[in-house]
Amino acid sequence: MTTMPLEPSSAMPGSRAASPTYLGVDTTIRSWLLTTDHKRIGVLYLVSMLFALALGGFFAMAVRLEHLSPNTTVMSAMAYNRFFTLHGVIMVWLFLIPSIPSSFGNFLLPIMVGAKDVAFPRLNLLSWYLYMAGSAVVLVSMFVGGIDTGWTFYTPYSTYSPTAIPLALFGVFIIGFSTILTGLNFIVTTHTMRAKGLGWLRMPLFVWSIYATSIIQVLATPVLGMVLIFVVLDNGFSWGFFDASRGGDPVLYQHLFWFYSHPAVYIMVLPGMGVVSEVVTSFSRKNPFSYKAIAYSSIGIAFVGFLTWGHHMFVSGMSRFDAGAFGVLSMLVAVFSAIKVFNWTWTLKKGAIALKTPLLYIFAFLFLFVFGGMTGVAVAAMSLDVHWHDTYFVVAHFHFIMVGGTLTAFVAGLHYWFPKITGKMYSERWGVLSAALVFTGFFATFFPQFLLGNAGMPRRYYTYPPEFQALHLVSTVGSWVLALGMMITLVYLLHAIWWGPPAGPSPWGSRSFEWRTSSPPPQHNFTRTPSFELDPYDYSRPMPEEGE
Amino acid sequence: MDFVRAILALPRGASTVADEIDLLHLFVISVTMIMSTFVFAAAAWFTARYHRRHEGQLTERVTASRLHESVVIGALLGLFLLWWLIGYRQYLELRKEPEDAEIVYVDAKQWMWKFAYPDGRTSNDILTVPVGRPVKLVMTSRDVIHSFYVPAFRVKMDVLPGRYTTLWFEAKEPGTFPIWCAEYCGVSHSLMRGEVIALPADEFARWQESGAVAKVESDCGRGPGSCGGEDLVSRGRSVAERRQCVACHTLDGQPHVGPTWSRLYGSERLLTDGRRVIADEAYLTRSMMEPSREVVAGYREVMPVYQGLLSAGETAALVELIRSLRNGPLESSGVALPRIEITNVKDGGGAP
Amino acid sequence: MTAGAQLAADEVSSQGEVEELEGHFESLEQQAQAARLGMWVFLATEVLLFGAAFALFISYQVHYPGAFRQSIEHNAKVLGTVNTGVLLTSSTLVAGAVHALRGGNRRWSSWLLAGTIGLAFVFLGIKATEYAKHFAEGIYPGGAGHFFVEHHERGTAEFWTLYYLMTGLHAVHVTIGIGVLGVLLVKIVRGRIGKLSAHKLEVGAIYWHLVDVIWIFLWPLFYLA
Repeated sequence: MTTMPLEPSSAMPGSRAASPTYLGVDTTIRSWLLTTDHKRIGVLYLVSMLFALALGGFFAMAVRLEHLSPNTTVMSAMAYNRFFTLHGVIMVWLFLIPSIPSSFGNFLLPIMVGAKDVAFPRLNLLSWYLYMAGSAVVLVSMFVGGIDTGWTFYTPYSTYSPTAIPLALFGVFIIGFSTILTGLNFIVTTHTMRAKGLGWLRMPLFVWSIYATSIIQVLATPVLGMVLIFVVLDNGFSWGFFDASRGGDPVLYQHLFWFYSHPAVYIMVLPGMGVVSEVVTSFSRKNPFSYKAIAYSSIGIAFVGFLTWGHHMFVSGMSRFDAGAFGVLSMLVAVFSAIKVFNWTWTLKKGAIALKTPLLYIFAFLFLFVFGGMTGVAVAAMSLDVHWHDTYFVVAHFHFIMVGGTLTAFVAGLHYWFPKITGKMYSERWGVLSAALVFTGFFATFFPQFLLGNAGMPRRYYTYPPEFQALHLVSTVGSWVLALGMMITLVYLLHAIWWGPPAGPSPWGSRSFEWRTSSPPPQHNFTRTPSFELDPYDYSRPMPEEGE
Repeated sequence: MDFVRAILALPRGASTVADEIDLLHLFVISVTMIMSTFVFAAAAWFTARYHRRHEGQLTERVTASRLHESVVIGALLGLFLLWWLIGYRQYLELRKEPEDAEIVYVDAKQWMWKFAYPDGRTSNDILTVPVGRPVKLVMTSRDVIHSFYVPAFRVKMDVLPGRYTTLWFEAKEPGTFPIWCAEYCGVSHSLMRGEVIALPADEFARWQESGAVAKVESDCGRGPGSCGGEDLVSRGRSVAERRQCVACHTLDGQPHVGPTWSRLYGSERLLTDGRRVIADEAYLTRSMMEPSREVVAGYREVMPVYQGLLSAGETAALVELIRSLRNGPLESSGVALPRIEITNVKDGGGAP
Repeated sequence: MTAGAQLAADEVSSQGEVEELEGHFESLEQQAQAARLGMWVFLATEVLLFGAAFALFISYQVHYPGAFRQSIEHNAKVLGTVNTGVLLTSSTLVAGAVHALRGGNRRWSSWLLAGTIGLAFVFLGIKATEYAKHFAEGIYPGGAGHFFVEHHERGTAEFWTLYYLMTGLHAVHVTIGIGVLGVLLVKIVRGRIGKLSAHKLEVGAIYWHLVDVIWIFLWPLFYLA
């Protein structure tokens, strides 16, 4: 394994480690709960979000279990409606949106730009507490009635639904603050705290993706905040913003909601794309096919993504002209993602590829994201969307992107940066097995849903006609395989934290800046700051410290 | 085509638009599958060909040529825009109703579909239509947003409270086709289903004459059991009298508090804000539900709101009445209408 | 960083005020730059927050021009305009406070800042008076209240509901601004903020200007026909 002896290690005679790692510097609970170290905050987020993923996953499994038979299987209609809603709310706001930025973004962004921390470390800690508080409120709402409107809270049903809407939406509102503060922190850090000599066009691509994500977070989330206020006032106090009998327009709600929620899906996928860029270049030991294309397309997605929201509303009664405009813009935004896919794939050419677990997950990403992305282009073809809207086709499309894309990239990042964060290495064999289970399970769960949608099965349906049962059966069994793969992953990673072999500073041979400090890093990130004028993606010349 | 539909799990294409839509579907999905496979295969090929031989191995610095990137971007953009173009043209066709369509009024409520036909009958959950003639649905909701979806026809449109939306289709083969509600609307959302029964022309004619209705839920505004056997125009006159529309609107061309209904349907109206609109079903329905939005020039904004007061059946009946007067007043109105003199036009005039 | 290096990095003003360099920044200049950029980014989020409400307002105004026009006429133009003047003056005062502090004049700065806060309270007072007047007339949010029995044109309820929401949300931001400026005032008076850390007051002043600007947009919407 390539070792890069930049850090005075305990192996050197007569020396102590120059500084303890960020993990070892203070191990009291108090030091964790009051930390302002971005690395610890990243770990706090990581642990909390894994719980959120488990909870959201539990609801998903329950929903799929109910679908084993066409009519009542294990729960009532009201319970089912609450379960699919909570699955959506928890997965979107408690997991997907913060998933990569708040964990890996927090941990790595300052290191990757050569800073000692983010611009506002105390605000960073506040972000995590807001996330925890908002999540707690959402969890409490589950026990006092839950919500059954779907994660989209469409009016006027959300105005009348006799469930715990004000409480649940208040929880999401608080989490929104957390998102905004994180995005704000990352933007300011990237602009003002880059190390000397590190220009924008030499930053790791992961930073570009986090930066673009942060722009969206900061601009879109406030709109969600306002919209949630509207719905709470309508539901809790009958203020009637979207009440037709008082002159309100329920479709206006959809415009405002999707103005946030479409950019939100880019918040969810852009960081994953950043992970792909890092893993592909590291494991093929090659420069990206076009750095600028990948960097600029992230910004392109961030901005054009704000212009496409109406494609969720082609059958809402909107004007034909508006619908057409949204359709064209949706096609435009897809091109940016396509640019990235081709660049990643062509980066592999003439590389020196090691097919390890992180790269396996990236291959899964490439296939599933392209499939999911192209079905996204398909639903942007408006006549086709008339048939597919609100059916299982759309459910399959977004799960291919969110799970096949984001979650896969998250797990890839988890494996890639595991040695950096924990200082240990996991078992490669178990990694490969899990990856195979996750990919197979995922595909079996969601591919049949494309067919269900084609056949006309609408989403959010508690019962269905018997002829759809075979496809539902395959999907449910697939979900068991997917869950098994995820649980095995959790087990061997936890095992490795305590009993895994120590990993050196750079077990993958990557040249990105985070690999030029120890694993785990010291509290202030670098003991001896490396030169940030080196290209993190240049594998064409030997590094001074490397053997050959 | 049927083979393709079977593989893709698509239902039969029972409407006139289904074939071309399914062709676009095939085009798009095939390219999707080819591209994902291609990307994966390329990645697999590169991995095999450029396997890492030893740690610390160096690689050549390879960057994309501008030409290469431009070609890829251009080709993809061109392909996506081509799909948009085809899809948009089909979408426009889906949104533009033919002039001679048969009209059925649809009232959606939790958790059932109510249909009202021009000849007066109503039915729950079962929509009977002729094969080979276009049918237009004028839809509104009594409560929350629903969505009318017939997969076999490849049509769908949201049904909104407080306004109307329209959807049209032409069945090209007889059969029974499921209707689903496609917008989550509460606990029994998945039970809000119906059926379209498409009958060949002669059978449809027989069905119309026989007056047979699957289920009658009488809601003509006159109480249970008082609905049958009356066409919508006559019913419209009864509603106009009972709801006192005729206190302000005449049926014979005489000017009064509100515009006369004679020669109203299909005419161009000049509104107080300068806009010009055609008085079609949409305009007439809006005028009953939100009268202050479109006030005709020369008239005062005094019409009361009927949102929530008129049922779908009554609204339909009034619209049919107004339609029947499009060429001028009828010979005998059949109902004695009260005439109210205009005494004071300052605040509401003679409006009830 | 050793204690000696820390002290050297901190700056000490002639009045003995110490501007501390926080450990993760490379220089005081970077620290100030980050604070300013942070506030501007935060401002962007506020613009979008209110933007959503403005979008709703404009949409309904286009739908119901008559009802909105009538409701605007019913609103108290004089009080609204006075409030606009109050906020504009307060913005001028806070800008003056920043200028004074940059010049090292803590006394002037404190007085100007106190004036800003005072005017903010005046604004809230006038707003409370307006609300009380509306409540007396039977105008409550959500179309509740007897006013809407006489004025039942479509759109009237939406106007007044949006009025309460948007001016109410703005008033919340004024209150937060009072808190922020109040804390800054205490720190200036106590000597903890001075010429070297004037950017801290500047950041608070930027927030206050935003509060003012939002009102400049609310005022014509709700008061000027």
